[in-house]
Amino acid sequence: MNSYSTFGTALHRLAILCYVLFALFPLFWLLKVSVTPNDLLYSEGVRMWPSRMSFEHFRFVLAHSAFPVFFRNSMIVAGATAVIVTLLASLSGYALSRFTFRGKYWLVALMLLTQMFPLVMLVAPIFKMLSPLGLTNSLTGLVVVYTAFNIPFATFLMQSFFDGIPRELEEAAKIDGATRFMAFRQIVLPLTLPGIAATLGFVFTAAWSELLFALMLISGNSAATFPVGLLTFVSKFSVDFGQMMAAGVLALVPACLFFLFIQRYLVQGLTAGAVKG
Amino acid sequence: MASIDIRNVRKNFGVVSVLHGVDLSIENGEFVVLVGPSGCGKSTLLRMIAGLEEVTEGEIRIDGMRVNERAPKDRDIAMVFQSYALYPHMNVAENMSYGLRIRKAAREKITAAVSNAARKLELQPLLARRPKALSGGQRQRVAMGRAIVRQPKAFLFDEPLSNLDARLREQMRAEIKKLHRDLGATSIYVTHDQIEAMTLADRIVAMHEGVVQQVGSPLELYDRPANLFVAGFIGSPAMNFLSARYEVGAGTAGARLPDGTLIGLSSGYQLEEGAAVTLGIRPEHVEMSPASESRLRATVDLIEPTGFGIILHLGLHGLPFNVFTLDRAALTAGPTVTVAFPPQHLHLFDETGMRAFETSPQKGKG
Ligand SMILES: Nc1ncnc2c1ncn2[C@@H]1O[C@H](COP(=O)(O)OP(=O)(O)OP(=O)(O)O)[C@@H](O)[C@H]1O
Ligand SMILES: [Mg+2]
Repeated sequence: MNSYSTFGTALHRLAILCYVLFALFPLFWLLKVSVTPNDLLYSEGVRMWPSRMSFEHFRFVLAHSAFPVFFRNSMIVAGATAVIVTLLASLSGYALSRFTFRGKYWLVALMLLTQMFPLVMLVAPIFKMLSPLGLTNSLTGLVVVYTAFNIPFATFLMQSFFDGIPRELEEAAKIDGATRFMAFRQIVLPLTLPGIAATLGFVFTAAWSELLFALMLISGNSAATFPVGLLTFVSKFSVDFGQMMAAGVLALVPACLFFLFIQRYLVQGLTAGAVKG
Repeated sequence: MASIDIRNVRKNFGVVSVLHGVDLSIENGEFVVLVGPSGCGKSTLLRMIAGLEEVTEGEIRIDGMRVNERAPKDRDIAMVFQSYALYPHMNVAENMSYGLRIRKAAREKITAAVSNAARKLELQPLLARRPKALSGGQRQRVAMGRAIVRQPKAFLFDEPLSNLDARLREQMRAEIKKLHRDLGATSIYVTHDQIEAMTLADRIVAMHEGVVQQVGSPLELYDRPANLFVAGFIGSPAMNFLSARYEVGAGTAGARLPDGTLIGLSSGYQLEEGAAVTLGIRPEHVEMSPASESRLRATVDLIEPTGFGIILHLGLHGLPFNVFTLDRAALTAGPTVTVAFPPQHLHLFDETGMRAFETSPQKGKG
């Protein structure tokens, strides 16, 4: 059995390796193209790494394109969405986890229902709703839409984290002299940090890379987010791949930093439901 | 310290009725133990006193004040949970001082209270540790410490020792008893454990299916169980029961077993001649190889030495019957033995399962 299990482990590792390579290869290609000088891009054929590296695309993107504006807009939209959604989802997730109230079942059903529609169907109605409110072509409008779309899933995510925290901890706090809200803030919330980190990360990336609504609700460069901005590198007659990829690499940076920052909580967080608290 | 009054308290969860009118008065400084089978509503009653469950009907008073509508934080009681419920993100000292900190007690007072409790429970070396880094017994002590630093009006314990191994449980039981002796605090203690109930309680409250069956001192419940439930629940190994018919002869009363044997009783009972009764006798009160007249022959099914004594599993007219004896000769007993029932140790229950009253009352109340 031992040789079989060694073999099994090897196979398992190999499968994971294949998957990781598959998942990371586009990122590698992104990086490769972004450092390939324009004159080598089409002349060298398919190579894993260009014979000569250059950062000209990065320089151009940062100094001469509207990319810094896109970047700032995206930071604002994704950051605000992540914070607002996490805040609201913590409260609603807590309510779903701890309270029994009339209509709870229907509320959950309704939230699930919102997750079932392809977003494309909703573009036109949403545009119709936002436009008289002056929320098209504005970052606020995007934050509102992203918040609305992310709250149901984030709520379920947070609910599962709250479910993992024994009620008795809160009860002990209440007996110790805490109000329900104090017990929530001082006992439950600190224990839910992993969940909060996971939710923040999830919503931030979702908002950071959202294209459809950003494209439909925003026109012009001043309020464009970075995924929309990437499309500006596509002109009628050519695609400036080098600059596009350089912008892409730069766009990865905040997401990477963000995950690096929350990673410590996240690893705990994603397994927190599995073990008893 | 406080008295606690529970008046006709009922509890429904939706349509399910869990407590059907509980009345109980607990005096200042008393140690009351709630016992009963799983699901009989002990925890529910305790949680209602703590304010964690709403009272459906009836009234709970602490120190004479109605507390039904009061939040747990305003009842000034402490509770020790079965799972300990220590705050995982706080160290031992922070866990113990949490209650005082949110009540904004002075810092010196908090430090004094924590170190005082830590000394009592021998927790000083552990004050900086997180609960994760403690053994079960240490966690249990921290939970106790958290309860005592606040000097609350009353302590509630919900099976606080049931997650510990047998030896530690014994040790903590003694500590709890000492603690109660030192602090003299009103305590309500829920347990499954017979020995805990017998050793700790000033009074035991035996519950069954949401109804209080008997309230009394441990020995009262042991010596004079009020009904079949209490008789069978208190004591280990459990009391033996035999069905019989009540008979009165010339000056003597007896219980006639189905096989015709007449078991002599120590007095007459307030029962009709020929009434169906249940005869109860504790395994430790059965006499073996006796010279008595009303003896019975039983087959030996199993012999269980416990070290201290021996439990004999017998078959009496095909029904299981246990005997507990200190006599090591019983180890080689069999295949049949004779047993007899000393009249002063017999319990008689009427058809409804209630204890039958003697016609000439014995010492103590009935
Ligand atoms: N929140 C609830 N909703 C519905 N029924 C409940 C609830 N809490 C308890 N019950 C029921 O009430 C009854 C009494 O429960 P309780 O926890 O008080 O029992 P217990 O005597 O403490 O039992 P154990 O010794 O197993 O702890 C049980 O039948 C239980 O199923
Ligand atoms: Mg219980």
